[in-house]
Amino acid sequence: MMSDPHSPTFPPPVTDALVACHDCDLLYRKRPLREGEKARCVRCGALLYTRKPNSIERSLTLALAALILFVLANVYPLLDFQFQGRAQQSSVLSGVRELYAQGMWALAVVVFVASILAPLLKILALLYVLLPLHFGRRPWWMAQVFRWIETLHPWAMTEVYLLGVLVAFVKLSDIATIVPGVALYSFAALIVAMAATDAALEPEAIWERLETRR
Amino acid sequence: MNPALPVTAARAALARCHACHLLSRMKPLAPGSHAHCPRCGAALHLRKPDSLARAWALTLAAYILYIPANTLPIMTVVSMGHGEPDTILSGVRVLIAGGLWPLALLVFFASVVVPVLKLLALTCLLISVQRKSRWRPRDRTVLYRITEVVGRWSMIDVFMISILVALVKLGAIATIEPGAGALAFAAVVVVTMFAAMSFDPRLIWDALENPDER
Repeated sequence: MMSDPHSPTFPPPVTDALVACHDCDLLYRKRPLREGEKARCVRCGALLYTRKPNSIERSLTLALAALILFVLANVYPLLDFQFQGRAQQSSVLSGVRELYAQGMWALAVVVFVASILAPLLKILALLYVLLPLHFGRRPWWMAQVFRWIETLHPWAMTEVYLLGVLVAFVKLSDIATIVPGVALYSFAALIVAMAATDAALEPEAIWERLETRR
Repeated sequence: MNPALPVTAARAALARCHACHLLSRMKPLAPGSHAHCPRCGAALHLRKPDSLARAWALTLAAYILYIPANTLPIMTVVSMGHGEPDTILSGVRVLIAGGLWPLALLVFFASVVVPVLKLLALTCLLISVQRKSRWRPRDRTVLYRITEVVGRWSMIDVFMISILVALVKLGAIATIEPGAGALAFAAVVVVTMFAAMSFDPRLIWDALENPDER
């Protein structure tokens, strides 16, 4: 619940003319950048802010692609395991389910959050903010939702998960026939799409849209 | 490059919002009340609250969890009625014995080298900040940035287990059971991630602000 913006606990905002380095707190006077330029802290080298071309449209398109790939990666099987006439398929969710069934519920939660929940929430939260912004509207609770994305970011471990699957794949390929499934390729593409979304995103541009109401 | 003002934001009594990076003027508050960012509503602090105490507690917890993570089995492969427990290191040894050098190296690096280096790096950062060290602040900031990014890669083994458990369910022929070591290992990764998040790199630079204090 957000408190009243006019209450005394809300300090008066300083103009956007100043920016502080998030790693060493040095204060800078903000200068307009050309597209594609980056401003870095002279003292510690941290990225201060950037200007990216068509940030909202490009990150929106890429986030939509990521959503489609996410669905494919979770609907289809990752690996097919064939051994002495028996076959077993595994998907991201079946790994979580099996851990839970074997009594390792805490481990099941960690794998579920890192491989399914956090990436999905991140994509959905991005779409929730970007889609209305593209049409010139402002979604409800935009600031709150956009804030969650940064919190979710480190917990979405899609790329690490893919590497874990590949290790399992190579480990088993000695003793049985393993066939990669559709989901494995979708997963690889999902990682590329999510990384491209992050690269296209310019948070400053989105926060500045919030400014207009102030 | 941007013209840097010769002061930090904290010195100018400006708090940088953790979420949207807007600078706000910090005014004295009544005890127990919080300042909130006028743009996005996140809690405002000059520095992350109790940064050192939290980071120390989480780092020490990770050291303790690191012992069961390496001594308890992460999984047990039961084939034809008898099983052999695998620890993190014995898993690497099996890969080397199977001639899978690149994979063994990858798992060894992600599961053994990265967590140890991350714990040591956090300890170094915490001790140096505690002692108000003025030694190579820029290098220590870079070290912090690396520890923040690299830790999640240690999850590879946990994800591998979730896939193996789901795939190898062939009744009497072979099953794979997750072990308590996997849970401890996942806990090490999660706890060190929280430790890195609660550490405030600006504390490294604060020691330079007050040269006469030491």
